[in-house]
Amino acid sequence: MELISNAPTGPIEKSWEAHKFGLKLVNPANKRKHTIIMVGTGLAGGSAAAGLGELGYNVDCFCFQDSPRRAHSIAAQGGINAAKNYHNDGDSVYRLFYDTVKGGDFRSREANVYRLAQVSVNIIDQCVAQGVPFAREYGGLLDNRSFGGAQVSRTFYARGQTGQQLLLGAYQALERQVGLGSVKMHPRTEMLDLIVIDGRARGIVTRSLNDGKVSVHFGDAVVLATGGYGNVFYLSTNAKGSNATAIWRAYKRGALFANPCFTQIHPTCIPVSGDYQSKLTLMSESLRNDGRIWVPKQAGDRRKPASIPEDERDFYLERRYPSFGNLVPRDIASRAAKAVCDEGRGVGETGLGVYLDFSDALKRLGTHKIAERYGNLFEMYERITGEDPYKVPMRIFPAIHYTMGGLWVDYNLMSTIPGLFVLGEANFSDHGANRLGASALMQGLADGYFVIPYTLGNYLANTKHEKYSEDTPAVQEAVESVNAITRKLLNASGKRTVDSYHRELGKILWEYCGMSRNAPGLKKAASMIAGLREDYWRNVRVLGSNEEFNQSLEKAGRVADFFELGELMCMDALQRNESCGGHFREEYQTPDGEALRNDANYSYVAAWEFQGVGRPAALNKEPLVFNYVKPSQRSYK
Amino acid sequence: MKLTLHVWRQKNEQDRGRLVRYEVPGVNEHMSFLEMLDVLNEGLIEKGEDPIAFDHDCREGICGMCGFMINGMAHGGFKGTTVCQLHMRHFKDGDELYLEPWRAAAFPVVKDLVVNRSSFDRIIAAGGFISVPTGSPPDGNAIPIRKQDADLAMDAAACIGCGACVAACPNAAAALFVSAKISHLAHLPQGQAERDRRALAMVRQMNREGFANCTNIGECEAACPKQIKLEVIAQANADYIKAAFTERPEAVSGGVG
Amino acid sequence: MSAAANFPVARLRFWDTTVGKKAVMAVTGFILFGFIVGHLLGNLQIYEPPEKINHYSEMLRSMPSLLWGTRIILLVSVLLHIWASFALWRLQRAARPVAYVKKANLHSTYASRTMMWSGPIILAFVIYHLLNFTFGTVHPGGPFDEHNVYNNVVTGFQFWPSSVFYIIAMIMLCYHLHHGLWSMFQSLGFTHPAYTPWIQRSAKVVAILIAIGFISIPVAVLAGFIKPV
Ligand SMILES: Cc1cc2nc3c(=O)[nH]c(=O)nc-3n(C[C@H](O)[C@H](O)[C@H](O)COP(=O)(O)OP(=O)(O)OC[C@H]3O[C@@H](n4cnc5c(N)ncnc54)[C@H](O)[C@@H]3O)c2cc1C
Ligand code: HEM
Ligand code: HEM
Ligand code: SF4
Ligand code: F3S
Ligand code: FES
Repeated sequence: MELISNAPTGPIEKSWEAHKFGLKLVNPANKRKHTIIMVGTGLAGGSAAAGLGELGYNVDCFCFQDSPRRAHSIAAQGGINAAKNYHNDGDSVYRLFYDTVKGGDFRSREANVYRLAQVSVNIIDQCVAQGVPFAREYGGLLDNRSFGGAQVSRTFYARGQTGQQLLLGAYQALERQVGLGSVKMHPRTEMLDLIVIDGRARGIVTRSLNDGKVSVHFGDAVVLATGGYGNVFYLSTNAKGSNATAIWRAYKRGALFANPCFTQIHPTCIPVSGDYQSKLTLMSESLRNDGRIWVPKQAGDRRKPASIPEDERDFYLERRYPSFGNLVPRDIASRAAKAVCDEGRGVGETGLGVYLDFSDALKRLGTHKIAERYGNLFEMYERITGEDPYKVPMRIFPAIHYTMGGLWVDYNLMSTIPGLFVLGEANFSDHGANRLGASALMQGLADGYFVIPYTLGNYLANTKHEKYSEDTPAVQEAVESVNAITRKLLNASGKRTVDSYHRELGKILWEYCGMSRNAPGLKKAASMIAGLREDYWRNVRVLGSNEEFNQSLEKAGRVADFFELGELMCMDALQRNESCGGHFREEYQTPDGEALRNDANYSYVAAWEFQGVGRPAALNKEPLVFNYVKPSQRSYK
Repeated sequence: MKLTLHVWRQKNEQDRGRLVRYEVPGVNEHMSFLEMLDVLNEGLIEKGEDPIAFDHDCREGICGMCGFMINGMAHGGFKGTTVCQLHMRHFKDGDELYLEPWRAAAFPVVKDLVVNRSSFDRIIAAGGFISVPTGSPPDGNAIPIRKQDADLAMDAAACIGCGACVAACPNAAAALFVSAKISHLAHLPQGQAERDRRALAMVRQMNREGFANCTNIGECEAACPKQIKLEVIAQANADYIKAAFTERPEAVSGGVG
Repeated sequence: MSAAANFPVARLRFWDTTVGKKAVMAVTGFILFGFIVGHLLGNLQIYEPPEKINHYSEMLRSMPSLLWGTRIILLVSVLLHIWASFALWRLQRAARPVAYVKKANLHSTYASRTMMWSGPIILAFVIYHLLNFTFGTVHPGGPFDEHNVYNNVVTGFQFWPSSVFYIIAMIMLCYHLHHGLWSMFQSLGFTHPAYTPWIQRSAKVVAILIAIGFISIPVAVLAGFIKPV
């Protein structure tokens, strides 16, 4: 299949403006004749639903939580980037664009990234107007902090709850539209299949999580903003409910899946404490502004951190990357942590951890300032570990955090299925092989507030929209396939719980397709997963019925998709014979252990086409051209 | 350690529901409360018994999805802690714990410990917002905001909509939740234009949803995992009273041509 | 045209909401409180020669307009206060149809949780009290002479069960005011981290002083400090 990115050519500064002008509009009177299906109410979906509702479309909006306000975006802590250059430290749209392309290790589409940097500026204004209480200075102006992978201070934040405040802003805008009747909200409703008629996305099949009722929703376009698939690893910083089901079922209906192996490991998470562990908790990257990361120089040094003298501590990031120090991008920080732990210098009972030490900052700035910046993070840490970071250094370890991969979309955020749009973390668009901190919130809101309203209108204006009835064969078939999966899971009547399978899948992926990967391991993992998947359908135990509130059944369906996704991730990691961003292939590294990219052969987006379960997916390539930021060996030294 | 749980089991909204006793051996002090329930549920499933339903998502104390009563205390009654952030080190071997769902007419039980909190969404939909269409509003720095006001707004905005305040309130009042939103937006210059309408609309919707009045008992503040202060209730009362006395009929003369 | 269009309807809508009713309770509660204070000061004249309080009461009666003015304000206040409290109480009952098997209180005062006990008991007291001292219809202590308030009170209290009931009622009043006197600020929207804790403390002190003041009278009578003339 040929992948047409529709990315504008010509001077990049003007390209979005020019492109927008080229897009057709839907006249106000006609807007209310269109129904749009919006799956997801996170920053991307929530903002999009609100915006489209304001424009006058009828929006049918879905989320699996009991309220749209609980979308996983709520958990984002650190902040959101914008090229405001309020602090006159040399920031600019171009620099944000440059940092993001470089941070993504030159595996993203320049035009998309530039647009993202451009609209980042409007996002802050929009959110302030909505009443998002960003941190302010005494002068009453907005405050900033700096984040990994950047040398300027461009990150806006609301205490340690930036994602929460941004989401509540979008949620309130959304609820306003619900009140006005332009958006109909369907909480506790899960999308289980995509309806494609005559090659166009025409609706979805959903299951009510309250009573299991399966229903069909038609729309002139379907928008997926269903978040990332990090939970394929079982242990991740994602919310327990985060899943790949929506995008995966769309993939099985013909949407291409791009760069599934590009997953991000976050360097600052609270280490695992036992096998009952259900999720991992992130400590915002912003902590790296004031915390210094170190391990003992001596392997197996079991002394208390306090009793290890300064000169026996190895501040390995500051040592290896003098210019960025503790603020190197996530992939680098994570691998460095793994390296020191592999050398047996890790700390904590498990030896899988490094210190994040605030003693210097506390001396320099005083407890009050630190509490003001990170108070709630410190509390969270103490609540979970029982240790007080004001007294003893935090123990941190990398964990799966974000997935750069996702459904392939063109410049208009439309997938390879006409009428199916994908926003936010669910698409692959802007972050290449690695996402910089504070840029996912930016992307979610950019897609939702400032891109989809234009590009969706263009699609609607250019398309005829017939009405279909529920007994259209394609609709019947979709409904039946949903019911079939449910029946199959309920009738499996095996021994093992869904979670036990999920945990095992996660272990395999973390081991072989996690922080570092190699060909034999990936092959092994793929076959292990395939085996586990087959066993699953025979031996899983899901109690209860479909016609009730049944959390095991919800999980079972999601895990079923994770198996297939896991296999694809391994395939993708295997075909990419290079190391870039979050994807580190041990075979391809520089003598000093840095990622070794191969631009000659792998400067493309790998977009996979479904060929049937258990059958290898077909690889399509979107070549990447860099006219502005010339690919270079990424160096933060 | 070993615990004895008495858990409220209720198949659905219509079912009457009852407490059921469970023994949970081998509880590890580093587990979170929900992880302890996970372990119990795994065991139940293996025995072929219906696992206990409870809401949860982020397990980081921020999404507001989790929450139930532990021995009559919302989220377990530990300062500033949601039940997903509550760790077993706070309990000791042999403890007997009673787990019950939030109880309020406006929070019908969905199953076991899961309730329906849509009433909160409808209250926000009634007026818990600033009407600003997506577009190009003034620059974020166009209107300076006193740091103190930004901070007070943030304090109130920290509410996660969990419903513990309602659950803990002897009157099943939603005063803290509703007032937190009124107070958040009232502290910002952007929130002034709709300040009166917001207070009136939200309070009226709150009553339509069947939440009772606040009598300033203060259990909500003690139960709130985000430590929203009682202060916000007074602030919201002031806004409502002022708005109600100065309310005028909506202008009805439509613009012409 | 919105319901707010004509004046009374708009204001009735104010009363319709829980917050509105609470504000009414606060205002009426405050008026009642004001009366209590005045009444206490008046009553304390019992410790002076009998003529004092008798003249005081004569003096009040000699100004019917003032007397009835106050009486009407009081009556209206009590009625509104009670009406509101019962209306809200019904809401509270409906708001939690299924009670908790276990419910703990983390922080709140006993007084705040028992306003709907202390209140009605005060009401019952007031009714008895009016029959007892104002109309004299129920005056077990001995003959009632509306021109000798002093004797009415003393003989009234010499009947000890009556005194006991008074004392209990005064304790209830103490509780009611302990919470009510700060709660009314909150209900009317006044709050500040610097003053509110102070208001709460004073509410407690004032409530206790008032109760002591009132209680001292039946106690003094029973102890024989004050004798009939
Ligand atoms: C702990 C943590 C901290 C983070 N911190 C930052 C940060 O500081 N800065 C930053 O820029 N980024 C951060 N991120 C990343 C960022 O939060 C996410 O990438 C972003 O919020 C994703 O938003 P979204 O709208 O795409 O998806 P989500 O917010 O995940 O929303 C997904 C929505 O889809 C719905 N949904 C999913 N599947 C279905 C289905 N099958 N049917 C119906 N509905 C469905 C869900 O109900 C939900 O409403 C963080 C992420 C984590 C995990
Ligand atoms: C039948 C009689 C009464 C009942 C049922 C009653 C009940 C109540 C209730 C439920 C409250 C609300 C408490 C709160 O919201 O914080 C209240 C408040 C109050 N009551 Fe009463 N009460 C009664 C009589 C009185 C009397 C006789 C007085 C005067 C001494 C009084 C003084 C107050 C005051 C000052 C408040 C505080 C106002 C407020 O908080 O809104 N009450 N009462
Ligand atoms: C020991 C305590 C008290 C004593 C000795 C006392 C005494 C009296 C007396 C002698 C009268 C009649 C006055 C007259 O007719 O000239 C009276 C009236 C009254 N008292 Fe009390 N009283 C006491 C406590 C209270 C309390 C606590 C309340 C209210 C909660 C109260 C409310 C009233 C009212 C409403 C009247 C009627 C006033 C009127 O005539 O308009 N009293 N009291
Ligand atoms: S106010 Fe506190 S308790 Fe109430 S919903 Fe908000 S966070 Fe939960
Ligand atoms: S406990 Fe209830 S009475 Fe008011 S102060 Fe809190 S809502
Ligand atoms: S699960 Fe999100 S707050 Fe507890």
